Amino acid sequence: MTMPFYVPPEQLIKDRAEFARKGIQRGRPIGVVEYDGGILLIGENPNRSLHKTGEIYDHLAFAGVGRYNEFEMLRVAGIRYADVKGYAYARADVTGKGLANAYSQTLGQIFTHEVKPYEVEVVVAELGDDDNHLFHVRYDGTLRDKQDFAVIGGDEDRLVEEIGAGYRPDMSLSDTIGLTMTAIQNATENEIPPEHWEAGVLDRSLGRRKFRRLTPNEITPSD
Amino acid sequence: MTNGFALQSGDDGVIPTASFAALLGQHQLAPTWEIPPGSIEAPEATTILAIRWTDGVVMAGDRRATAGNFIAHRRVKKVYPADDRSAVAISGTAGMAEELTKLFQTELEHYEKIEDTRLSLDGKANFLARLVRGNLPLAFQGLIVVPLFCGYDEQEGVGKLYSFDVVGGRYDEQDYATTGSGGSEARAFLKSAWRDGLDESEAVRVAVEALVAASEEDSATGGPDPKRGIYPNVVTVTADGYREIPDDEIAPVAVDVMEGRP
Repeated sequence: MTMPFYVPPEQLIKDRAEFARKGIQRGRPIGVVEYDGGILLIGENPNRSLHKTGEIYDHLAFAGVGRYNEFEMLRVAGIRYADVKGYAYARADVTGKGLANAYSQTLGQIFTHEVKPYEVEVVVAELGDDDNHLFHVRYDGTLRDKQDFAVIGGDEDRLVEEIGAGYRPDMSLSDTIGLTMTAIQNATENEIPPEHWEAGVLDRSLGRRKFRRLTPNEITPSD
Repeated sequence: MTNGFALQSGDDGVIPTASFAALLGQHQLAPTWEIPPGSIEAPEATTILAIRWTDGVVMAGDRRATAGNFIAHRRVKKVYPADDRSAVAISGTAGMAEELTKLFQTELEHYEKIEDTRLSLDGKANFLARLVRGNLPLAFQGLIVVPLFCGYDEQEGVGKLYSFDVVGGRYDEQDYATTGSGGSEARAFLKSAWRDGLDESEAVRVAVEALVAASEEDSATGGPDPKRGIYPNVVTVTADGYREIPDDEIAPVAVDVMEGRP
């Protein structure tokens, strides 16, 4: 019988985190930014039909980066969680905090217990009547409540700086789109063609379901 | 996992994973009703109809729910949006109809969010038929639910109507469809009043007239009641989506129709 090598837990966690971070670094970033009428979710995505952002529930949206199959699984699990909860109780009982906690628990569990951690990061955006919430969940289950904007994916630190430098509260949607697109292109040092953007909004002016995808015309910068 | 959050579905291989109804089963939340044989007196909902017009469909229902000889509720809403391109109304036992409607609405939205596309109109109708069929054992005990479904077919660009029977049979209707205790009276009226090429306001008027005609013959169907401000629910579905016609638009039509009745 062979004895497994002893690996100190610090090393194990470090290796796993490094593995997950590498995977996420390769992913193109997504910016989730508040504007005067809602929350914008935008990022580069050359795929027309495989989305990185999507609707979870009336006032909840999702953005994920990393491995497509992994964050897609999280997106679907989130919709299932929200729909079951809203059906069993009431629509108002489905909250971003509850969903973000569920993601956090799941990712934390996978990070320590599975053979391979998920190489994903997700943002749960919640549009509130008065205040919005942006929950940032990392590959190891770390959960943070962000102010004003949240960033996931490669070149995260640079993108945070870029958006932070230009962000003002209560900007219009088109200004916010312009700011975030410029920031992403600067941070990734990459010219992104207009047809390679994917964007959606949680729009306060909509009825019950606040999420909608932006059309290519709305994304095209006005400059 | 304990918080109702699971990455993998317990996929039984038959029902697609996008199905909300299948998901409810896994959580033991699927609506199940077991009652001893015999009859129970639950409020029932009554006349519902749908009409095809040039650009879409109109669906309307009265507001009365009865329990035996009693009027149980005067302001019941029987016509609901199924999603943004279709409407559903259910006659029969009111409580179950409401649950079935909620399940149907959630299923359509669930599918749309997961697949990023709406079910085809036929797909929606087939799913509803399956829900009704699942209720068959209770129908034998008197808890009957019979829906009417209509919507705008985005692929073909036309409005379509579907009626159902208690065993989950699904029937495509051409021009108009009715169900409920006053349904035959309403159908008799529509047979003479319906014509090809109705516009929206004409279709709404015909729908209200048919409901009034039904309420005059059927005690379980409530007519418009201007004194209490109770008017039929009328909705339209077109390429632009589902629209509920507000009471203040229906009121003058209803009053006018009642004055013109022989």
